[in-house]
Amino acid sequence: MNIALPLKHWDLFAWGVLTTLELTALALVVGFLISLPCALSLNRASKLNPLIQGYVYLFRGTPLLVQTYIIYYGLAQFDFIRDSWSWVILKEAWWCALIAFSLNSGAYQAEILRGAIQTTPRGEIEGGKALGLSMRQITWLCVLPSSLRRALPQYGNEVVFMLHGSVVASVITIQDILGAGRTLNGKYYVAYEGFLTAAVLYMTITFILVRIFRQVEKHYLRHLVRSPDAVKVPAVPGLPQVT
Amino acid sequence: MFTVIEYAPLLGRGALVTISVAVLSLVLATGLGVLGAAAKLSKRGLWRSVGMGYTTIVRGIPDLVLILLIYFGGQRLVNDIGSTLGFDYIEVSKFWAGVISIGFIYGAYLSETFRGAYLTVPRGQAEAAQALGMKTIATLWKVLVPQILRFALPGYSNVWMVLVKSTAVVSVIGLSDLVGLADKAGKSTRQQFWFYLAVLLAYLFITIISEHLLKRLDKRVNRGIPA
Repeated sequence: MNIALPLKHWDLFAWGVLTTLELTALALVVGFLISLPCALSLNRASKLNPLIQGYVYLFRGTPLLVQTYIIYYGLAQFDFIRDSWSWVILKEAWWCALIAFSLNSGAYQAEILRGAIQTTPRGEIEGGKALGLSMRQITWLCVLPSSLRRALPQYGNEVVFMLHGSVVASVITIQDILGAGRTLNGKYYVAYEGFLTAAVLYMTITFILVRIFRQVEKHYLRHLVRSPDAVKVPAVPGLPQVT
Repeated sequence: MFTVIEYAPLLGRGALVTISVAVLSLVLATGLGVLGAAAKLSKRGLWRSVGMGYTTIVRGIPDLVLILLIYFGGQRLVNDIGSTLGFDYIEVSKFWAGVISIGFIYGAYLSETFRGAYLTVPRGQAEAAQALGMKTIATLWKVLVPQILRFALPGYSNVWMVLVKSTAVVSVIGLSDLVGLADKAGKSTRQQFWFYLAVLLAYLFITIISEHLLKRLDKRVNRGIPA
């Protein structure tokens, strides 16, 4: 292991970190925007629900790598896409990765939010009704803020899961953290240096994120400690609940 | 679109590789999970930190990074050791590199599942067995393990579902699994979309089948428990 190599090319990794963080953050935000209407719709009777369930099931039931491939390599197969205006976006690996990651995260977040909305304590909704709030006001002022807080631990998991999932970007030529590691390894024909540096960087970012979420949870879930609705916060980030 | 059907036998072979990687990794992960849980529950502080360290490290690193590190790094390591001992070039198997990496990752998650399940079994159960004069091994096998299985199953099922999808990344080190073969076939026939769609559906199929079987298994281990 030659520690001087990654240090010499620190800018490569710095750009990698920026790219990874940018992709992850944007995918999470877009994913949230997708998940919000989906989760709200799933919690009441709507004709669109089978469609939304299909979307959620498809994206949670298949690997992110294949989803990214189908958007980046798959869509390029069709001439009508290459000829259309969408080709400006779809020929760029970065945009394809963002689209795939957002759709993927949207499906996971929809399921998280749906579950949280469903377990909203009855009393909170009744309280809203007693105050004379309309259904829309109850949704935006009672149900959503309460659900988002209670779902914080799962959101923390999803953030870490998305960060780790974003390594797929390096497979479609994007210079994220892992991409930087692979470039370094290829340049000097070494085996450990690039990957180990990438591993250390991912680990550091993960721990910082976990730390931040711990603090945010401490603040926003304070009222739930020792209550029967207490949310059990896992000690370490886990896998997303799929089954 | 119809080219995919011509290539069905090839994709079938790929699917077999994917499923083998998944099942073998699960076996390895289960073994490591049991060891990890035992370490975390140990009375010795040293073992506890080893167990915690294992989980913490694995959870911080993405699966693909670990696979690349184990495959390429392992290749170099094996040959460095081999050359000092006077061996010729040794080729590390892509298949086993994939199995070991994925097994190693999900073993950490399973250790947490098993530890939680063990702690869920009420203390009185083990104490009652001891009061009846059962030996430690008998207590473990006849009283604790059946209950641990029941409590661990939901977490175990979840790990399996995530693990299966994780196997897709072994194609990146060049293994001819479902994704790897579909990638090659799609590029040579210029029909990538249909090939990837077939892969997507194959994974969806595995997910649906697993879900169904796990639901039945869950019923079985919970038999006799009033809902």
